[in-house]
Amino acid sequence: MNEIAFQAKRINLKEKVFKKTLTLSAITVVVILLAIFFTLLINSMPSIKALGGKFFYDKTWDPVADEYGALPFLVGTLLTSFLALIISTPFSIAVAIFLGEYYKKGVVAEIFKNVIDLLAGIPSVIYGFWGLFVLVPIVQTIELKLNLPPYGVGIFTSSVILAIMILPFSVSLSRQVISMVPSHLKEAAYSLGATRFEVITKIIIPYTKSGLFAGLLLALGRALGETMAVTMLIGNTHQIPTGIFSPGNTMASVIANEFSEATGKIYTSALIEMGLFLFVVVTIINILGKQVIKRFTL
Amino acid sequence: MMNFKKMVLSLLAICITVTFISCGGNSNNNASENSSAGNKNEILGAGATFPYPFYSKVFDEYNKQKGIRVNYQSIGSGGGIKQLQNKTVDFGASDAPMSDEELSKSPAPIVHIPSCLGAVIITYNLPDNPSLKFTPEVLADIFLGKIKKWNDAKITAMNPGVKLPDLSISVVHRSDGSGTTYIFSDYLSKVNAQWNTKPGTGKSLDWPTGLGAKGNEGVSGLIKQTPGSIGYVELVYALQNKMPAAALQNKSGNFVEASLKSTSAAAAIDLPADMRVSLTNTAAPDGYPICSFTYLLVYKDQSYNNRTEASAKATMDLINYVIHEGQKYAEPLGYAPLPDAAVKKAEEILKSVTFNSKPLL
Repeated sequence: MNEIAFQAKRINLKEKVFKKTLTLSAITVVVILLAIFFTLLINSMPSIKALGGKFFYDKTWDPVADEYGALPFLVGTLLTSFLALIISTPFSIAVAIFLGEYYKKGVVAEIFKNVIDLLAGIPSVIYGFWGLFVLVPIVQTIELKLNLPPYGVGIFTSSVILAIMILPFSVSLSRQVISMVPSHLKEAAYSLGATRFEVITKIIIPYTKSGLFAGLLLALGRALGETMAVTMLIGNTHQIPTGIFSPGNTMASVIANEFSEATGKIYTSALIEMGLFLFVVVTIINILGKQVIKRFTL
Repeated sequence: MMNFKKMVLSLLAICITVTFISCGGNSNNNASENSSAGNKNEILGAGATFPYPFYSKVFDEYNKQKGIRVNYQSIGSGGGIKQLQNKTVDFGASDAPMSDEELSKSPAPIVHIPSCLGAVIITYNLPDNPSLKFTPEVLADIFLGKIKKWNDAKITAMNPGVKLPDLSISVVHRSDGSGTTYIFSDYLSKVNAQWNTKPGTGKSLDWPTGLGAKGNEGVSGLIKQTPGSIGYVELVYALQNKMPAAALQNKSGNFVEASLKSTSAAAAIDLPADMRVSLTNTAAPDGYPICSFTYLLVYKDQSYNNRTEASAKATMDLINYVIHEGQKYAEPLGYAPLPDAAVKKAEEILKSVTFNSKPLL
């Protein structure tokens, strides 16, 4: 009797310790995130006070004159990210249908899945190098044909690289939702004489709409924050880009470029405020993505 | 459940406190570990990245000869100045001399001791890479975006016999904050009134034209890939990579090629007693116009923060070694050694450094 009570107590204790450990690690993650947010907020106070709303609509970023307007970088970030999304969407949906509907199992499917997962594992500096040595000369010839200055680097080049980089993120989610479409729906469609193409366009895509959208949102969040590859390929100019072939700059790459040698309180603080802004934008996009997924699974 | 809520709340409180502490304390984050005062066998320095290969060679030789280790962290000039102001290092290092404002913000007088010279060269990518000459006006107009083609009359006029193509000029500049940009823009501000008003002089600029690339390697990489491009890199880097470099017309009207010799020659002017001088657009007749000293920085009075006299003396001995015996390691590494006049001036400054108002050397 005593023995059993003792055993039960021990198991109970084990259970408690285990649960506490889990809770603690979960909370730590939240604490770290909040700590980052507050650190950014406090350190950007000098710039928020000095610049106010001007930070968001001013076009000049001039550290010499102590003028900081993030508009060109906001435009650059949104332009590269959305262009990347537009380029990658047809590919990611096509690949997702291919892997989620046509080749769900088998050697071919495994190879393709692994290759796409590998894309996500390549360090971004490698993408940058590849872009610099392979993509830039190609874009240069295109620009020469279009009678544009042959920069090679710019919004377009970075968008193409970003499109490749974000592909695995949208594919992995889209593939899952497509393979989860209930077979009775598809079978019903087939029994009514629908072709495979019609099943995909009329059943699978409408059914998985929100899941596909969530995948794209997650990919967008990734594109917004990408730094290294974009810095290497965007041309780093402080002007608002005038076209997709013109050079520009993104918020993440300005921070990476200028933070280490930034002197002066407002200058450093303005760079941190840009980080805060980026943090908020990416968080909102991630929360939106999660909300959409939730609605889909319910 | 109650417990869980409590835990979350207390953790939130901790998190906020930690944030505040970390914000308040980041100005002297290296202070506790690396308190330099006690240990006289290790000298601590931090600052400029540009002279880092030179310093690490000299400090290594010094360690072999005297058995004193020097720990130099190349965190950038701005960081070096900050660390010295926080008194967490024995010496700082900076490419640009400290401004009057920075000096007035420092807790005690700081002296500048030049250690070697660096230069910035103008490089380009043209068919067959001919050797080119530029006057200051033309150079400024190119980087202001006013001259747009390589066969512009202003460029061809000073380069007779060179066939220049009908090609757009693509300007390439540094995208990261850098002392190289500072020296280059300091030069252009001196020779061109428009440049002086905008964009001016700084480590990062609001460039009127061109593409940005990260680091010397980024700039030279982009130049190699872009036909018709022009940009600026450090002399050391250009020498190592055998890049074409333009000859520039200096203040005396001579066209001077960038070399270690012409860089050292740029310092052959009347140097001020505190050595805080910009050598760009030098008056020296055979000096290359885009040059600069790089400096070691120490407090004029070394008796601060419970420093021992021995460690203050060790720091002075080290700097004395850098400006004398250390100079022979400069040239093989691509740095221009100090000319004799500059060494003499530096020596005088070193002798003015005191410990409890008594000279150390």
